[in-house]
Amino acid sequence: MSVLSDAEIEEIRHEMALYEDPQAATIEALNVVQNHRGWVSDESLEAAAEVVGVTPTQMEAVATFYNLIFRKPVGRNVIMICDSISCYLTGYESVRDHLKTSLGIDFGQTTSDNRFTLLPICCLGNCGNGPAMRVGNDYHGNLTPETIDTILADYV
Amino acid sequence: MAKITIDGRQYDVDETDNVLKVALSKGFDLPYFCWHPELHSVGACRQCAVKQYKNGDDTQGQIAMACMTPASDGSLFSISDNEAAEMRAQVVEWLMINHPHDCAVCEEGGECHLQDMTLMTGHTRRRYIGPKRTHRNQNLGPFISHEMNRCIACYRCVRYYRDYADGNDLRALGSHMNVYFGRDTDGPFENEFSGNLVEVCPTGVFTDKTLGAHYIRKWDLQNAPSICTHCSLGCNTSPGSRRGELRRIQNRYHGEINHYFLCDRGRFGAGFTTRDDRPRQPLSRSANNVLEPVAKDDAIAAVRQAIASGRAIGIGSPRASIEDNYALRHLLGAEHFVNGLSAAESRASHAVRDLLADNANHIATLREVESCDAVFVIGEDVTQTAPRLALSLRQSAKTKHFELARAANIPKWHARAVHEAGQHHYNPIFEATPAATRLQDITAESTHGDAQTIAQLAFAVASRLDSQAPAPSNVDDELLKRAEIIAETLRNATKPLIVVGTGLGDSDVVTAAGNVMKALTTANDAAQIFPTLLEANSLGMSLFDAPSIDHALTQVESGDVDTLVVNQNDIFERAPTHRVDAVLKNLKNLVVLDHSLTETTARADHVLPAGSFAEADGTLINNEGRAQRFFQVFISEGPIQETWRWCADLARALGRPVRWNGMDDLITAIVDELPQFAGIQDAAPSQSFRKAGMRFPRGTHRQAARTALYAEIDVRERRPEVDADSALSFSMEGYHGSELPSELLAYAYAPGWESNQQAITRFQDEVGGHLKMGDPGVRIMTSKDNGGYTKLPQTNSDGGGWRVAPRYHIFDSESQSARAPAIAERVNGRQITVNRASADKLGVADGDSLSITIDGDALSLPVAIDDSLGDQVIGIPIGSQGVSGVHAASQVEA
Repeated sequence: MSVLSDAEIEEIRHEMALYEDPQAATIEALNVVQNHRGWVSDESLEAAAEVVGVTPTQMEAVATFYNLIFRKPVGRNVIMICDSISCYLTGYESVRDHLKTSLGIDFGQTTSDNRFTLLPICCLGNCGNGPAMRVGNDYHGNLTPETIDTILADYV
Repeated sequence: MAKITIDGRQYDVDETDNVLKVALSKGFDLPYFCWHPELHSVGACRQCAVKQYKNGDDTQGQIAMACMTPASDGSLFSISDNEAAEMRAQVVEWLMINHPHDCAVCEEGGECHLQDMTLMTGHTRRRYIGPKRTHRNQNLGPFISHEMNRCIACYRCVRYYRDYADGNDLRALGSHMNVYFGRDTDGPFENEFSGNLVEVCPTGVFTDKTLGAHYIRKWDLQNAPSICTHCSLGCNTSPGSRRGELRRIQNRYHGEINHYFLCDRGRFGAGFTTRDDRPRQPLSRSANNVLEPVAKDDAIAAVRQAIASGRAIGIGSPRASIEDNYALRHLLGAEHFVNGLSAAESRASHAVRDLLADNANHIATLREVESCDAVFVIGEDVTQTAPRLALSLRQSAKTKHFELARAANIPKWHARAVHEAGQHHYNPIFEATPAATRLQDITAESTHGDAQTIAQLAFAVASRLDSQAPAPSNVDDELLKRAEIIAETLRNATKPLIVVGTGLGDSDVVTAAGNVMKALTTANDAAQIFPTLLEANSLGMSLFDAPSIDHALTQVESGDVDTLVVNQNDIFERAPTHRVDAVLKNLKNLVVLDHSLTETTARADHVLPAGSFAEADGTLINNEGRAQRFFQVFISEGPIQETWRWCADLARALGRPVRWNGMDDLITAIVDELPQFAGIQDAAPSQSFRKAGMRFPRGTHRQAARTALYAEIDVRERRPEVDADSALSFSMEGYHGSELPSELLAYAYAPGWESNQQAITRFQDEVGGHLKMGDPGVRIMTSKDNGGYTKLPQTNSDGGGWRVAPRYHIFDSESQSARAPAIAERVNGRQITVNRASADKLGVADGDSLSITIDGDALSLPVAIDDSLGDQVIGIPIGSQGVSGVHAASQVEA
């Protein structure tokens, strides 16, 4: 009995069918699991590896390469703040410091109410609107400490 | 051919090579990390920076990575250029930022490529004072220790393990500043060639755990050129010892056999020599029926008495040298000597001998296997019985990548591009084996069946290749269709290869391979054969032309013989237990010469402690008919000596003249008496050979503390032992020059290059090529054409009964390595295997215990379902956790 649900297994098999080499679906398999569970546990990683037909080590190599695959539980809303050069030049540091102080957490941590997880990201492709961040699937630009509070208030 | 200029001098080079390879081959000290002669270039580490100039007028030049730059005609380079040298120093400094500088407690110290490169680039002063990243290490099982903090992220480990050895449980995990080379969880590497990571890693991330358990620095080891004794391929090894104890096995480069890599059985299997239960004194059975130590002279007198008073027969051994076996044969007489192989294995081994003689000009070397473009493996699960061959077959499949790359104008050394061009395209490998094997990820098609089916398939392939070859009748259409495909593929190949083995104990399988070869070579002179046998000297034993062990047992049963003298053999491995039991009960005397406490040793009346490969010199004939010499690593304390010396002592005690006092005399006597061994005298220089009046050192030039080595016993320095049998010295003194014969090269050290895989470059004609002084060993098989095709064997069509498939395991089926503690740790719970239909018929489920009778012996083991097995076939595990001496024609009752 797999730790994955039938729906997860079916979605992974569907992704595998789209590629000449089923192993190419390794990334998508991780996405499927994460979409269903919010993150990828050791057990679900091993189960997904079995479905795709790779070893857990092969699956882990892909999972740990991509910072959008979460190998630890995350909060309800994941904040990813861009720390690459454009955002850095337009005020990343003050935005970062404000986020850390107001949420009371450092990078890689989750607030005690499980509402936010804070992560750095190297580029959001939003360089024209730096400093930028992503909350869940939403993009936010031209951030200042003041606008951040307003933005985050919408995420419960 | 191209001409390139390096630092103002012109060199003739191969334009298909890269500049790094060329520069190293020409003797330049150009630093590098991620490149390896077998793994080629990825240009990742930036360490091999050189200056490249557009033309003679270009004084500025530009930095280029030597490993990624083709050696094109007319190109100009500088290695000594200041800017290039500065860049190389800078690169090492970056790589060293996170390195812990723990050389003093690191097992790689003294043979560390990172140490070498740090010195070579001149980065001798550390400037970085910030924090370093640290990692948690994994427990990687009994073979390999893990210390990730030392990693410089060169990716060599992954490139070897994933891309070369096809292993799937080591990867680069994480990314950017946080890369970790390991498994998803703790546990041993699954790949059978993981031990090479110890040598491939340029620093101390992966080190030999079996050495670590009784660690000694490379420079303090006493080494000898040796031959692995754990299968028939004859990989060259360099065992290291200290104070009379074997510490480790390292690869010894042989350009035609193992080149840079060994299997894990060979690397970690030598622990049998250091077991506590090993006989180290002569033993005799006392009045109260226990083996007790006796003085050497008393033991010789007792054995002399046993031989003189009884009717004795000598039992030789495929795991012992030609010399040891000859000496026993000489002691008891040719008519009182058997080859020590089981009846079935003896028949199959003799068939291989004939196959080699028939195809003397078509015998592949292990290296040649890698360049064959279509392979048919007949009957043998090579990963389990001749492991290093499996690694070479993997390369033969990947030769396709190079072909596709060539078509796309990609240079052969451009590893990532070659890999991308090749993807999942492989040269075809066809396997016909009893069950699925570890090669199934690269085989084009596998056929599974019993020995008879496999032989029929091969006979059918031969008949499809050449209509003159006899075609089997009563073969089902499915098998014929497969034969057609295999024949077609082999016919169209440029360099087809046939692999066949004795693992099934079935000589029909071998003669079938002979027919395939005959049919192939009629049309294609490039066709190659690569047979495997089960033990290091199985082929050598077949050359003695002696009967199998069956003859000795029959002689005892008929009362013609009452004394057995056994040389390094366990009779229980060669015949059914109930039969051996009965034979031993009827004996007057059982004399055993061995280095292992086997079941036979335990039953002996007299035991003489024989030297293992580490305490003896000898010659082994490998699977390709190559005679190779192994040399004594150290002189053991106490009375352990070579079997042939025991035999000489016994012969003298019996009042017979013995001509041989050392290896030279002994080998001369062998060749004089048995001309089939002519050539073995050339396997290595004679014991009297000297260079500039000097012997050849076992010790390194900087062996430390020699004067104090035994200080706790006696403060006076011991006199170095004198080797009476070879041209090697038991000291650091001797000839270290460039004309050191390859056969006598005990270890590889070169100025500036202390790590084994890199130092060897200085002893090669070109990097990764042949040894400058010739690859060791001589082929002794003489060509003999047996004429036509072999007729088809009588097939037994009893249909209803169970048939046996001997199933081997790399770590359990070879009796000596299986005694090594590290190897034994890797074997857990072997099983009887059957397919589901058979399981239903037997009324058992997966995991149930099954009791069967095999050749009259009871065997009770858990069952595992393996649906790749044919109907009515029972897979029997061969080895310490199963049974031995079982072959395809064994009688099984379930």
